[in-house]
Amino acid sequence: MAKNMPEMEEYKYGFHDKDVSVFRSGKGLTPEIVKEISRMKEEPQWMLDYRLKALEHFYSRPMPQWGGDLSELNFDEIVYYVKPSERQGKTWDEVPDEIKQTFDKLGIPEAEQKYLAGVSAQYESEVVYHSLKEDLEEMGIVFKDTDTALKENEELFKEYFGKVIPATDNKFAALNSAVWSGGSFIYVPKGVKATTPLQAYFRINSENMGQFERTLIIVDEGASVHYVEGCTAPVYTTNSLHSAVVEIFVKKDGYCRYTTIQNWANNVYNLVTKRATCDANATMEWIDGNIGSKLTMKYPAVLLRGEGARGNTLSIAIAGKGQLQDAGAKMHHLAPNTSSTIVSKSISKQGGKVSYRGMVHFGRKADGARSNIECDTLIMDNESTSDTIPYNEVYNNNISLEHEAKVSKVSEEQLFYLMSRGLTEEEATEMIVMGFIEPFTKELPMEYAVEMNRLIKFEMEGSIG
Amino acid sequence: MAGSTLEIKNLHVSIEDKEILKGVNLTIKGGEFHAVMGPNGTGKSTLASAIMGHPKYEVTDGSVLLDGEDVLEMEVDERARAGLFLGMQYPSEISGVTTSDFLRSSINARREEGDEIPLMKFIKEMDSALDYLEIDKNMAQRYLNEGFSGGEKKRNEILQLMMIKPEIAILDEIDSGLDIDALKVVSKGINKLRDENFGCLIITHYQRLLNYITPDVVHVMMQGRVVKSGGPELAQRLEAEGYDWIKEELGIEDETQEQNA
Repeated sequence: MAKNMPEMEEYKYGFHDKDVSVFRSGKGLTPEIVKEISRMKEEPQWMLDYRLKALEHFYSRPMPQWGGDLSELNFDEIVYYVKPSERQGKTWDEVPDEIKQTFDKLGIPEAEQKYLAGVSAQYESEVVYHSLKEDLEEMGIVFKDTDTALKENEELFKEYFGKVIPATDNKFAALNSAVWSGGSFIYVPKGVKATTPLQAYFRINSENMGQFERTLIIVDEGASVHYVEGCTAPVYTTNSLHSAVVEIFVKKDGYCRYTTIQNWANNVYNLVTKRATCDANATMEWIDGNIGSKLTMKYPAVLLRGEGARGNTLSIAIAGKGQLQDAGAKMHHLAPNTSSTIVSKSISKQGGKVSYRGMVHFGRKADGARSNIECDTLIMDNESTSDTIPYNEVYNNNISLEHEAKVSKVSEEQLFYLMSRGLTEEEATEMIVMGFIEPFTKELPMEYAVEMNRLIKFEMEGSIG
Repeated sequence: MAGSTLEIKNLHVSIEDKEILKGVNLTIKGGEFHAVMGPNGTGKSTLASAIMGHPKYEVTDGSVLLDGEDVLEMEVDERARAGLFLGMQYPSEISGVTTSDFLRSSINARREEGDEIPLMKFIKEMDSALDYLEIDKNMAQRYLNEGFSGGEKKRNEILQLMMIKPEIAILDEIDSGLDIDALKVVSKGINKLRDENFGCLIITHYQRLLNYITPDVVHVMMQGRVVKSGGPELAQRLEAEGYDWIKEELGIEDETQEQNA
């Protein structure tokens, strides 16, 4: 069969606009920079203290020696804070034109018209545009950028901030705690069910700029919410760092789904700490797509600490040339009759590497708990690799744990079958890949599924091996 | 000129350096239904796969022409777009791809860009084909062949045949594993396509399919060759008497392609 190997086109979202920022910190990280960030944000003293303490911890922690190679990540080469404009745009009219043009290229306005309930779009480090539909406000849902929430909802903020991911959790959580900026803050009151997904767009736009957004979601008793975050980033020649922290609290009988598709450019280190805690009969679902970045290390976790709590992770990772997707999930069963499922789908191509790294813990109190893990990998050629690294910790005999791992290649028979109906080898391969990730895409809101399919098609071009 | 012509001349095919077909000659024209019969292991399925271009089969000699065009020079998908169709004995399962999406892509693969089949027209045609083949409409939304019973897979092949409307179809043991009701339905689907623009090569182990689809020509394969051809009465005689009389007539002891005759 013909082996067409067209060159990968330039990264699709690789445009970048003129820098309109008003303030940017110099390169490197010092206590002075942290103080300056806090001062510019007019933060309360406790937050500054928290940041400085986190910074100390960041300095003292060694670089992780597992997962991916972080040796080329130079903290002195990173800009830690960029404030894009004097104040936040509250209405679309107030948003600077250049920023609008960037959003236009990402197709945000149309998406908003059709589906968005509220938009909190992060441009560089600060949220510049933020709209909230009236019905959300009427329901009492708080949805704002995290900086504003610190100003306007300080008590609620303080009660939960850093409580599920302390600054001392790991080196990158410490870094985020020291320099965090932006992100989303959501509070859903008791019994309130948000009917449309809440969405935010994130984007790195400045060379050498790290992005350290901080997201905090609190779903009160019997409430439910679906939060969607999508990322694209322009291409730069030097390394960028994205190190976010996402903390979620799901109270008794509550439900939260967090959907991410990250498509960072292939020079971004994507090192993210995501953790949720679930009270009795609460449900947390991580829907996690990793397409871009140079290296992703991300293991969304759920602490199932109330009886009958449920945790689900459904993830897809795609690694091409020069990429390592080290992703997975963690489930901590800390109460009776808790249940979890992990479905991990990964594709490696053109020498890319994917690893599933997961941990399932059953504590002493986890009577009757059960967990189901399914890892499927599709390897596109002989240069690409895949690893499955599951850890299980079991301190209770009355549990059930199932793990299923499957590695497959696009088979000659499947290709022959599809091609015998007139599809080219490329179309046939694409169809098999799309089918492979369909369990993931079908969980996405419509416009994301469309975008995801477009991204995958683009990613798979020239991948026939 | 009505329909297409598929000419197979002196076709030699090997798999992993073992010669299976040792000079097959067949010509199928639009409007004609040919049946290829023969005991197991005589090269019938190899013939089907080799014509369609399965990468495991190596053509070592001979030619296959479709309306004078060299089929052997074409990729599998080019053969399909040129008008060939292979109904498979063991169709692959494609997870995550619905039968309906696959059908539409297959139809559009034969049409020019910008001239794709309108969605409503497609749905109408698919619904009517599903009804005709007595297939549950749910199948359209099920993943292609995944979890299908043997009978469902075969009906699905005929559904594709009816929707894609090729010039020449090769049906590889489309009757295997079918109960009598399914066999009738599958035959009904194939018969519906019979017209002067459609030629069909039906490969079958059993004569019973030919009770429902009357072939114009019947060929018997043994030892990797067509050893006898005749009209529908040949199939009936095979049904009544088996293959021994042919072997006797031709002095063949072992009919499989293992033997060098």
